[in-house]
Amino acid sequence: MGLNVEIDGRQIEVEPGTTVMDAANKLGIYIPHFCYHKKLSIAANCRMCLVQVEKAPKPLPACATPVSDGMKVMTRSDYAIQAQKGVMEFLLINHPLDCPICDQGGECQLQDLAVGYGSSSSRYAEPKRVVVEKNLGSLIATDMTRCIHCTRCVRFGQEIAGIMEMGQAFRGEHAEIMPFIDKTIDSELSGNIIDLCPVGALTSKPFRYSARNWELSRRKGVSPHDSLGSNLQIQVKNGRVMRVLPLDNEDINECWLSDRDRFSYEGLNSDERLTRPMVKENGQWVEADWQAALSLVASRLREIQVHHGADEIGALASPMQTVEELYLLQKLMRALGSGNIDHRLRQSDFRLDAQAHGAFWLGMNIADLSRLDRFLVVGSTLRKDHPLLALRLRHAVRWGAGMNLINPVVEDYLCKVANKAIVSPDGMVGALAALVRALAEIKGEAVPAVAGTAEVTPGAEFNNIRAIAESMAGGEKKGIFIGNLAQHHPRFAEMATLAQEAARLCGAQWGVLGDSGNGVGAIAAGAIPGRAALGRQGVAGLNAAEMLAAPRKAVILLGAEPEYDCHDPQAALAAMKQAEFVVALSPYKHGALDYADVLLPISPFTETSGTFVNIEGRIQSFNGAVKPLGETRPAWKVLRVLGNLLNLPGFEQDSSEAVRAEALGPDAQAHVCKLLDNRIEPVAVSLAVSDKLERIGEVPIYQIDPVVRRATALQRTADAAPPIARASGLLLEKLGLGSGGMAVIRQGQGSLVIRIERDDCLPANCVRLPGAHAVTAGLGPLFGELSVEPA
Amino acid sequence: MVIQGGPVIFNTLHLAEPWKLATYESAGGYAALKKILAENIPAEAIINEVKTSALRGRGGAGFPTGLKWSFMPRQFPGDKYIVCNSDEGEPGTFKDRDIMRYNPHALIEGMIIAGYTLGAKAGYNYIHGEIWDIYEGMERAVEEARAAGYLGDNILGSGFSFNLHNHHGYGAYICGEETALLESIEGKKGQPRFKPPFPASFGLYGKPTTINNTETLASIPYIMREGGQKFLELGKPNNGGTKLFSISGHVEKPGNYEVPLGTPFAKLLEMAGGVKGGRKLKAVIPGGSSAPVLPGEIMMDCTLDFDSIAKAGSMLGSGAVIVMDETVCMVRALERLSYFYFEESCGQCTPCREGTGWMYRVVHRIEHGQGRPEDLELLDSVAANIAGRTICALGDAAAMPVQGMLKHYRNEFEHHIEHKKCMV
Repeated sequence: MGLNVEIDGRQIEVEPGTTVMDAANKLGIYIPHFCYHKKLSIAANCRMCLVQVEKAPKPLPACATPVSDGMKVMTRSDYAIQAQKGVMEFLLINHPLDCPICDQGGECQLQDLAVGYGSSSSRYAEPKRVVVEKNLGSLIATDMTRCIHCTRCVRFGQEIAGIMEMGQAFRGEHAEIMPFIDKTIDSELSGNIIDLCPVGALTSKPFRYSARNWELSRRKGVSPHDSLGSNLQIQVKNGRVMRVLPLDNEDINECWLSDRDRFSYEGLNSDERLTRPMVKENGQWVEADWQAALSLVASRLREIQVHHGADEIGALASPMQTVEELYLLQKLMRALGSGNIDHRLRQSDFRLDAQAHGAFWLGMNIADLSRLDRFLVVGSTLRKDHPLLALRLRHAVRWGAGMNLINPVVEDYLCKVANKAIVSPDGMVGALAALVRALAEIKGEAVPAVAGTAEVTPGAEFNNIRAIAESMAGGEKKGIFIGNLAQHHPRFAEMATLAQEAARLCGAQWGVLGDSGNGVGAIAAGAIPGRAALGRQGVAGLNAAEMLAAPRKAVILLGAEPEYDCHDPQAALAAMKQAEFVVALSPYKHGALDYADVLLPISPFTETSGTFVNIEGRIQSFNGAVKPLGETRPAWKVLRVLGNLLNLPGFEQDSSEAVRAEALGPDAQAHVCKLLDNRIEPVAVSLAVSDKLERIGEVPIYQIDPVVRRATALQRTADAAPPIARASGLLLEKLGLGSGGMAVIRQGQGSLVIRIERDDCLPANCVRLPGAHAVTAGLGPLFGELSVEPA
Repeated sequence: MVIQGGPVIFNTLHLAEPWKLATYESAGGYAALKKILAENIPAEAIINEVKTSALRGRGGAGFPTGLKWSFMPRQFPGDKYIVCNSDEGEPGTFKDRDIMRYNPHALIEGMIIAGYTLGAKAGYNYIHGEIWDIYEGMERAVEEARAAGYLGDNILGSGFSFNLHNHHGYGAYICGEETALLESIEGKKGQPRFKPPFPASFGLYGKPTTINNTETLASIPYIMREGGQKFLELGKPNNGGTKLFSISGHVEKPGNYEVPLGTPFAKLLEMAGGVKGGRKLKAVIPGGSSAPVLPGEIMMDCTLDFDSIAKAGSMLGSGAVIVMDETVCMVRALERLSYFYFEESCGQCTPCREGTGWMYRVVHRIEHGQGRPEDLELLDSVAANIAGRTICALGDAAAMPVQGMLKHYRNEFEHHIEHKKCMV
């Protein structure tokens, strides 16, 4: 039954529990406020939203006053305005009123409302409060004297980011919003408090003093840094990306952005940007014009195709390239007669290529994550890989969902974990098999053959798996998610086989969290051996690992930096060096300077139009936000012209839209949805466990792709600290190492000396050593055998 | 300091070691509890008895206790709490510490009865941090009661279980505000919650909670032992019972006096030995520092009960009577009071955080000869912009002394501004 309320003479019927603020919003009536925020709990501390309520003895805060039937509210009466003006006066007496030198100027809630509710002169003649600045790290600048204590940043930490990094210390007029003493703000979602701050107390450090809000043009964009595809508001001045803010999209990123999506734009303006085509002449790099460079590429590719066969040409593409670019690349390759194309550079197990029916995806919509009852995450550094998916899952846990984990590492998930089994990366297969057996037992079904029959010795690990099975057997809405650690592991196929079986037994959806911004789009575009666009049969060829194992004579790199972006950087570098001809299409001068023959400057995601498909299969197309830098060109144009120069048929597209239409068809979304399919034919599962020392090689949050690696402020955060090795105390003792000591780690042909620290949460026979970093680039695969000895 | 006993609260004061369990029992203590448990008296009957007694909250607001208890969703399954507010921080108030010092078992028995009535299995007694010896004394008393079987599981074989925990704060005035007190018990920063929801539905740890003042709870055993009607008759209609008055300031014998509600102020002043040095009575703050000041001549016509003082334009509050003689400079007095509220504001909501400092600084300027003609109007306006606009009552508490002083002694302030010195 609804409640009838009258606000400013207008009637509305609302649900019980609705606040006056919500009801007014529904009527389109704006009530001034600072502390109120639709995604945060009610604080009612700013008092700006005081309104007159009939029969109430005093003005009431609209944000915290529930509507009652027959209530009559006046938001603009003299009484209400007088109360609001009174509060504004209080807010301003200690505010420095330094708008001319404040970065928030022009986009400041306090400034805006002061125009309406402030006075032209102050009655306050006493000295003003000054608050000492706080060092919140490399991303957030402070001017705490401007703070109005609305506590939005505090509540964001407690309620959204999951960690209370900010709080209000001291009391009364001495109250200060601050982090814990000497601590910086290290959450991977920290930048959101800049947006939340209604004044200039918290502003963006990288953006500081670089532009005024009214000088910026706003362009829509989509983030390529993780599988979520956050919607961006890219703010531009003089053809340069100055700042990135979230664009509200309730289905995807809500009103939030991860720091990675927010601050990666600094990488776009990096000094390492390649702005002109370059060719190597007699071992020296010289700048060339596009015509000459592309002609050279065409003739060399043709030469190798003619003399050695098309099969000697391979293409490695970054999964953060657009659908259009990936489509044209595979079209070019297949037109040349080669099927050697892949975007799954960090993957090491390709057994499922023959077993899959479509493209792996999340298995449900992103918004569904918040509403799960039970879920299991397998092999993931969840918060760092998927900051906003982790937020959704945390939200589900807050509302009672049971979170289960089978993982080789322990992270602070900032929420209650119902059950967890911490096993070696290799051991995740066995753990999943045990889970399938336990679920079959609970369901009273015969144990599926894939899960084996091995008796598990009851022990702590067995109990944990059993508890996970019991948790997953209950509840209605359930999901099993394969994370990046599992997806990159050489036994991914076995884990997926078992996950599918477990999901069937407990009635859950299963899916992958996805390790890249356009992984689903890359499959839809056909940038994968054997399958052309939209899953059609394509020319078969080598996958990423095979191309490195059996180096090609010619290599086309699209956006990829193999020395960081591949599962095995050692093999990748060797393959590049062995090739006769390497052409790197890249926004950056990078390691390719050592091994490439031609460098072609291509647009990063802000300088081209294109399309990404996120992990729920949602197609998101965007326009270029700025003009390409220097002589940079969008990769789809480069590939299109290369096709022309090679006299290949079907390279006549004159816009990225035309490429997209060709790639995904007229009803693109429907076609992509049809492609989403997690069904797999099972692979044989081995329950043998390796007794070798195993590496756990995650990709750190700020090493994930070329743009992020060059984002300077992100690179100064705690999460970007150079990697160190970690191992359990038992293992360290066995190896004769002390915690904090230096160790020699060897893998394949490479070795390095690195600090090793004790982490007793790690499984017994594992060394955690992140990849994708200059420090560890000389080593071998992210997962696999390594050796450790004292330095 | 003088402590004047009475029938309700200080009923053991005339005996040796009045704080001991045996002493309390010898004066009829725990008889009420035993009777309630033995006869399994229904909660409604107890609440009705409290309603009959016209017991009103002794913490300052004077809210009828029986009515407050009836708000508690007693049938609600799950945990419920009874909390005793012993965080008396109001300047001028020093009664609750003497209750805990001299008759802790009256409080303990009162809390057990309240727990029984309201369906709470646990109670917290929140004591402010400056009186550590009192906290330790309470701990000893709780231990005595537990040993005697009045606290713990299955009290006196009745099947009713109740545990009592003493909890000490660290001296923040704001923690006397009931929801800030709850936050503090929960281990958080002592800041008031906004209401609704009220503690009766969402209180300690989010569970239904009733919060009463120490003196209120300590009055319950008498009511249940002697009957609500007898308690009511001690005082006057709508103002049942005796009340502790902490009289301080310019009197010969400051102290705690247990007298019936409705006692003329003149009589209390006489009991306290009259104005110090025989000087002339100038003004009285009748209910703790947040109550508006009343001129002596108005006060001399008042009786000490909630209704009479309210009619005169102030509040009986916690019964802290601050007496000021003719030598007192009201500007200086207000400066001190304003400083207190400035210092104790929690800083959570805007009007109080910003306004209390502003008021203090203006009064400070006037006191130090730097007042301006427009300052009094400014003070009126700032006080009005704080009062009724804040999350909790601290804003009102800060505004009322200013408003009271300016109402009755505006000429002293004007004199200060004009002549840059005191009138007195």
